[in-house]
Amino acid sequence: MSAPLSSVADPTTANPTTANPAAANPAAAEAPRRRPAVIELRRISKIYGVGDIEVHALKDISLDIERGDFVAIMGASGSGKSTLMNVIGCLDVATKGRYRLAGTDVGNLTDDEQATIRNRRIGFIFQSFNLIPRTTALVNVELPLVYAGVKRGERRDRAIAALERVGLGARIDHMPNQLSGGQQQRVAIARAIVTNPAIILADEPTGALDSTSTAEVLSIFEELNMERRTVVVITHEDEVAVHAKRVVRFRDGEIVSDVRQATIRGLPPNVSSPAHAVRSIA
Amino acid sequence: MNLESIRMAVRGMLANRMRSALTMLGVLIGVGAVIILVAVGSGSAAAAAKSLEALGSNTLTVSAGGFGAGARGGTQSRGITITDNDVTALSDKTQLPDVSAVIPIVNGSTSSAASFNGASTTPGSFIGTIAAYSPVRNAPVTAGRFLTDDDIANHNEVMVVGTTFAKNLLGATANPNALLNEQVQLGSQSLTVIGILKSKGSNGFQDQDDIVILPESVVRDFYTGNTGTVSQVIVQAETAAATTNVQAEITSLLQSRHTGSTATSFRVLNQASLLSTQADSNRTFTVLLGSVAAISLLVGGIGVMNIMLVTVTERTREIGIRKAIGARTSNIVSQFLTEAVLLSLLGGLLGVACGFIGSHFTIVGVKPVIETYSVVLAIGVSLAVGLFFGIYPASRAAKLRPIDALRHE
Ligand SMILES: Nc1ncnc2c1ncn2[C@@H]1O[C@H](COP(=O)(O)OP(=O)(O)OP(=O)(O)O)[C@@H](O)[C@H]1O
Ligand SMILES: Nc1ncnc2c1ncn2[C@@H]1O[C@H](COP(=O)(O)OP(=O)(O)OP(=O)(O)O)[C@@H](O)[C@H]1O
Ligand SMILES: [Mg+2]
Ligand SMILES: [Mg+2]
Repeated sequence: MSAPLSSVADPTTANPTTANPAAANPAAAEAPRRRPAVIELRRISKIYGVGDIEVHALKDISLDIERGDFVAIMGASGSGKSTLMNVIGCLDVATKGRYRLAGTDVGNLTDDEQATIRNRRIGFIFQSFNLIPRTTALVNVELPLVYAGVKRGERRDRAIAALERVGLGARIDHMPNQLSGGQQQRVAIARAIVTNPAIILADEPTGALDSTSTAEVLSIFEELNMERRTVVVITHEDEVAVHAKRVVRFRDGEIVSDVRQATIRGLPPNVSSPAHAVRSIA
Repeated sequence: MNLESIRMAVRGMLANRMRSALTMLGVLIGVGAVIILVAVGSGSAAAAAKSLEALGSNTLTVSAGGFGAGARGGTQSRGITITDNDVTALSDKTQLPDVSAVIPIVNGSTSSAASFNGASTTPGSFIGTIAAYSPVRNAPVTAGRFLTDDDIANHNEVMVVGTTFAKNLLGATANPNALLNEQVQLGSQSLTVIGILKSKGSNGFQDQDDIVILPESVVRDFYTGNTGTVSQVIVQAETAAATTNVQAEITSLLQSRHTGSTATSFRVLNQASLLSTQADSNRTFTVLLGSVAAISLLVGGIGVMNIMLVTVTERTREIGIRKAIGARTSNIVSQFLTEAVLLSLLGGLLGVACGFIGSHFTIVGVKPVIETYSVVLAIGVSLAVGLFFGIYPASRAAKLRPIDALRHE
């Protein structure tokens, strides 16, 4: 029922491009489009617990997100947003349904292959920061690069650059418990973007931020999106949602609306200055 | 285990300093205790072997039989009492031609306290004997002289003392020879110290230097009364080869002199049987110490196990975070493995250092002798415990789905 929603609401289906090599994948026949989505969710269900305490967090969700899209996911508390994000980020597996990431069926991958995907392709920002305690901001941000096998010097430079980008250049040697909530959130964002991932998944990244910091973080996301990176943001705030190209609303584990606000190929809706866009892409 | 995981492990250890220190302490105590206790055990065995050698291979000790203290005449003990007449009979060259010396020993009362210049002590052994004791028991003096036949015959109120006894009166740091020619009160009697015995150390059970030796006649005069009996007789055979013969001759002589006595009414011990008894009790002692050491190693191991289990449980969330940002199972396991190896190894090496330092001191009168096997065993066990309990829970946690590890409370 929700599967056609996304394709109907997606104006880019009629907009053929040749950029994606995955177009050659025969499995794409299932969704008749030239450019298969980087994230393809088919009839995904997630059930927590068994028997009386069974919770249907996701009910038969189908959703496609294309490369370069900027999606805001909204919905009441407990409607299944984080659950969906965990499935997309390969942190959890669905009870039923199929999930393909860049054309690969994630269900067929080994644990280590999934780890590599999380490391190379996905930058995850958690609702609850999830920084490693008693470890400095710099080391926290360096960590994904350690697992990617990046050398020490380069790792440090890139981690510092990422921390400076989120405005924490002066706090690199602070432990998480020496940082304010908003600062921890920004360390978590720096950690997610330090590997230059193709997909950014952010679970309420601005929940702990004031309006100035929120604007800064949103402009980081817009810049990343203008580099043709896919950004998926869970948010409760309409001010955040207006920056997205597409808004998906959840209620009780189901998608209830899917609205496109701007084209995938174009600029995010709130970026008006092309000069700004050119500068960030360069 | 590459440089990167060592760096990460060191960072993990420093981030949890208290826990790391406690883990190392557990290993340290286990390893140190095993090394020191085993060293004390083998040290006392070595000392006992040495003191037995000093006895000479051709001496026999005749004492009242039954269950130990025959003279006390307990119900199971139908022991005889060795009399002066027995001593005279044993000295009879016509009956026992192979005997070269017979030394009677009279034990003084064990409760006699000695005092000198305000200090007081009770000697570990207090015996009365004759001049020939010194050469036969290999007990020379380092200062002064030993008892002479005249001292015995004239009932001279003199004594020869061991170095520990002297130090107990003079102070631990004093030169024991300072007691020479001094008047020391022993029980009710004041005696002149005429000689200081050469130090013999411990035989593994008792400090052989905590001793006073008086003329046999003086002990009877002032302490035991003239009962006409002796506590022990040391018999020296002409040659080591004759010892077994002499032992049989003494047994039959004493049996014929005491009607109704049996072979268990008294004991005639030669060095060979002493050696084997000593070896037996030494083995018991070492086994006892070994068990104590094994228990402390076990307790140390359980401590390490606890801390490792708590560590991994507590750090499951951290493991979840690491997995979420791209760590493979092998990255996690190798980090925890490296941490466990470093902790156990550092703790083990510190334990060995403590063991070696501790073994330099004399412990309960025993000079410890370090055994290589105890070092290897202790390090091996602690390393194995540390590794197993470091890796096993860590690899279980590493196999969790990232989200389950992250949700872990
Ligand atoms: N591990 C779990 N075990 C049982 N139920 C769970 C578990 N995780 C989530 N749920 C349930 O699944 C439902 C969806 O949870 P989810 O975390 O996805 O909500 P959400 O939309 O992210 O809410 P919020 O906006 O408050 O973060 C909730 O009813 C929640 O109680
Ligand atoms: N334990 C600490 N050690 C060192 N600096 C700290 C510590 N706690 C807070 N700070 C610093 O003090 C400043 C104020 O922190 P605080 O947590 O009060 O901010 P806040 O107003 O609550 O911000 P936010 O809206 O982000 O939660 C921050 O710059 C923070 O880095
Ligand atoms: Mg949530
Ligand atoms: Mg705050």
